[in-house]
Amino acid sequence: MTALDVQDLTVDFAQRGRVPFRAVDRVSFSLHAGRTLALVGESGSGKSTVVRALSRLVAPTAGEVRLGGARRTRGKEYRRAVQMVFQDPFASLNPAHTVGHHLIRPLLVGGRARRGADAEEKARELLRSVNLTPADDMAHKRPHELSGGQRQRVAIARALAPGPEVLLADEPVSMLDVSIRLEILGLLDRLKDERGLALLYVTHDLATARHFASEVMVMYRGEIVERGPSDEVILAPRHPYTQTLAAAAPSSAAGRERARAARAERLAARAGRDAERREAVVGDGCRFRPRCPYAMDVCTRRPPETEVGPGHRSLCWLRTDTNDSVVGFSA
Amino acid sequence: MTDDVVLRAEHISVTYEGERPTHAVRDVGFELRRGELLGIAGESGCGKSTLAYAVARMLGPPARLIGGRVLYRDRTGAETDLLALEGDALRAFRWSRLSVVFQSAMNALNPVTTVGRQFDDIFRAHRPRMRRPERYERARALLDMVGIDPARVRAYPHELSGGMRQRVVIAMALALEPEIVIMDEPTTALDVVVQREILDEVQRLRDDLGFSVVFITHDLSLLLEISDRLAVMYAGSIVEYGPAERIAADPAHPYTQGLLRSFPDLAGERRALRGIPGSPPDLRDALPGCPFAARCDHAFEPCGTETPTLVPLAPGLAPGTSAACHLHAVAGLLPEGRQP
Amino acid sequence: MTAPTVPTTPRATGRGWLRPALRSRRFAAGLALLAVFVLTAALGPWLVGDPNAFTTDLGQAPSGAHWLGTTQTGQDVLAQLVVSARGTLLIGAASALIATVVSVVVGIGGGFLGGLADEALSLISNVFLVIPGLPLVIVVSAYVKGGGAWSTILVIALTSWAASARVLRAQTLSLRSRDYVLAARVYGEKRWRIVLVEILPNELAIIVSQFIFAVIFAILTQAGLAFLGLADPSHLTWGTMLYFAQNAEALTSGAWWWFIPPGLCIAALGTALSLISFGLDEVLDPRLRVRKVSA
Repeated sequence: MTALDVQDLTVDFAQRGRVPFRAVDRVSFSLHAGRTLALVGESGSGKSTVVRALSRLVAPTAGEVRLGGARRTRGKEYRRAVQMVFQDPFASLNPAHTVGHHLIRPLLVGGRARRGADAEEKARELLRSVNLTPADDMAHKRPHELSGGQRQRVAIARALAPGPEVLLADEPVSMLDVSIRLEILGLLDRLKDERGLALLYVTHDLATARHFASEVMVMYRGEIVERGPSDEVILAPRHPYTQTLAAAAPSSAAGRERARAARAERLAARAGRDAERREAVVGDGCRFRPRCPYAMDVCTRRPPETEVGPGHRSLCWLRTDTNDSVVGFSA
Repeated sequence: MTDDVVLRAEHISVTYEGERPTHAVRDVGFELRRGELLGIAGESGCGKSTLAYAVARMLGPPARLIGGRVLYRDRTGAETDLLALEGDALRAFRWSRLSVVFQSAMNALNPVTTVGRQFDDIFRAHRPRMRRPERYERARALLDMVGIDPARVRAYPHELSGGMRQRVVIAMALALEPEIVIMDEPTTALDVVVQREILDEVQRLRDDLGFSVVFITHDLSLLLEISDRLAVMYAGSIVEYGPAERIAADPAHPYTQGLLRSFPDLAGERRALRGIPGSPPDLRDALPGCPFAARCDHAFEPCGTETPTLVPLAPGLAPGTSAACHLHAVAGLLPEGRQP
Repeated sequence: MTAPTVPTTPRATGRGWLRPALRSRRFAAGLALLAVFVLTAALGPWLVGDPNAFTTDLGQAPSGAHWLGTTQTGQDVLAQLVVSARGTLLIGAASALIATVVSVVVGIGGGFLGGLADEALSLISNVFLVIPGLPLVIVVSAYVKGGGAWSTILVIALTSWAASARVLRAQTLSLRSRDYVLAARVYGEKRWRIVLVEILPNELAIIVSQFIFAVIFAILTQAGLAFLGLADPSHLTWGTMLYFAQNAEALTSGAWWWFIPPGLCIAALGTALSLISFGLDEVLDPRLRVRKVSA
């Protein structure tokens, strides 16, 4: 069941005295109940702006965002249905308030509980659902008394309080210690199953994206450059950018000799190009062109989105023509 | 001290003073060999950065070095006690023998002067006999070495991207051809692809120039790939220490095992993933027993009361590896999940 | 253990801030000194005689009958000093209160609303900021002279709110984009609640410290105005005492008991308030405490 449908979402940011900066460019996707979609990209790719537009913190310039079914998409109903978890658990809780306050307010605002004992009991239930026990003690603590992982659990509980159908998680574990990350991702995964949430997992980490999401979208400078089933996209990437990303991820299982060989290969591949070009800005056409090892003349025009496998699409000129088998993509 | 060791730290302890002092580093020692990349892995607050700063004599209040010894051994075999250096001798030692690369390149670079001038400052301070054209040429050569167009000597830091700034900082750290470079999370603030480029660059430079690197990061999977030997820190102590390959293949300490499990492998089989439950202990409290005991699946009787010490493991089992774990002190009592 | 409740009143620092605060020696000293002045102002006037009553002892040095001597017209200096404490504190507190309220409304309101409202409010505070304070005070008080203590209070409040408003606006701009404020917007919290419950409590420390400095500023300004003869002379304050002493040439005639006590009181009250402010900083900003320990 489609929980949220996004069509041609575009976000421009005004720049003083210059043309607006397009942070998100015609992005379309849908989120489905009980499934996780990962949005992968580096900083500046626009992935956080997508989340902010969906949570109505920034106004989209163009495009449509609709809740599943024939429901109203404006105002209160949308606020209740779409919630988000922020990246930094140290900034997302108000130092002036108790954990209980953080849960009771959204419960009351969303009309999920009555003021008083009812709200308190529901807040304790939320705390238990994110494994913050004893819930009574936790409700009275202030953020500075909690560890990063505990804070992120509170933030997740707060996002659950209005009873959302869509949960947007913006790099929910990147600020946490390594040993805690999987616990939090596991918690999100469990809550998704239990509550039938449609989860958008925004991350720069390909490995967790693959493990926790059924589908992956890769974003580069405001555009979705590749999307498809997570194993397809990450193990057999078609877009040169996704290939670069996958090659850059550390792989402890690959073994040191292979890592060394891969490094020599990367250095050799890069030696030909100069460092400046990789930092350059592009106008029209494929945005990855200046960094792309396979850049061709045709890349100055905007590439089409092409089906490269079942449900697997790539925004690239390569392989758009069946005769054009210039590059072997075997991963 | 064997011939190939360039730096040896013994029994380092550092405390952050305050109403309740934090014992950030607790009796830690390590050896850095010539040309080696030693990784120090651990989570935030484990004391890895504090340890490195203590070795580089860069601690400031409220941190205080309360014990230990750091010996530096030059190519002729002469030994220097770093903790005894003061004033000019210390300044000369830092940068020309040992330099540090910090996480945030922007903080390490002066925003109001050009990159070239900042190289100039280093040379004027440490190589007063160098002439101006010589300094200029050297700065250009250093930039070229780290993969930046030499024409960028005239650039201001804000004109460079984050990755380029970090390269500049690395070039500056290498300006006086130090024997030891300490890198504190040098790539954490950067994107994956840029991070990879810089790591490749560091390894290439190390191969070419032969300096030793102490590489500090929370990213254990990265260290397993790039470092020769590895120290895993937890709650202010080293819990496992040995060749990276060895640790990657067969981690001895339950904490290392847990950390390794915490990094899902990109291409690996999909499996139920779990991290390490709980959180690290408060370093302001006294820690009776093993600091990891509360989070450990294998904790047994002595773990709650006796603090395990870092001891070499049986050679047949793990050559060159030490671990601080009671499981290994009791023969035949090995955790079942040894093979990751 | 009681059940969690919705905090309806903002509590920025929690219940347990007073005890650590009292451990700060500066804070304790400042508070003790301030308590002396407040008690004097509250109870003193009933313990001393009529400060305006004329006696036959003209311009006498301190003695058993008049502990702080008498003025040229035979009024008891101690009685005047004690009664003036009430007037001075009243003007200081009232103008500071008004200035703080205005700066909170303008600063936080503008910072949170943004857009045109912010532009307008910023313009107003900038105008008030660049107008040279003392000349304005003199001009305005010359116009409204005769309005009694209230005119002085309003004039001081009017000229002292702008700087605080700017600080609060900057702070609000920064708090407005904090993740916890955004989170409240995402779940649909009302705007006024976001300002009062999510933002304001985090600015309480700044507001308190600005209030304290506003009191100091008001007391000094009032003393200056009175000394220049621009305040209502029938309203006794330490400033008007200095004014009368100056007019009676107490300085040249060596009647030190007339002008030194009010001057000292102004200085001591300012010190007390500063100590409280510094002490509070120490308590609210743990970094300052750490530095103190290691120093």
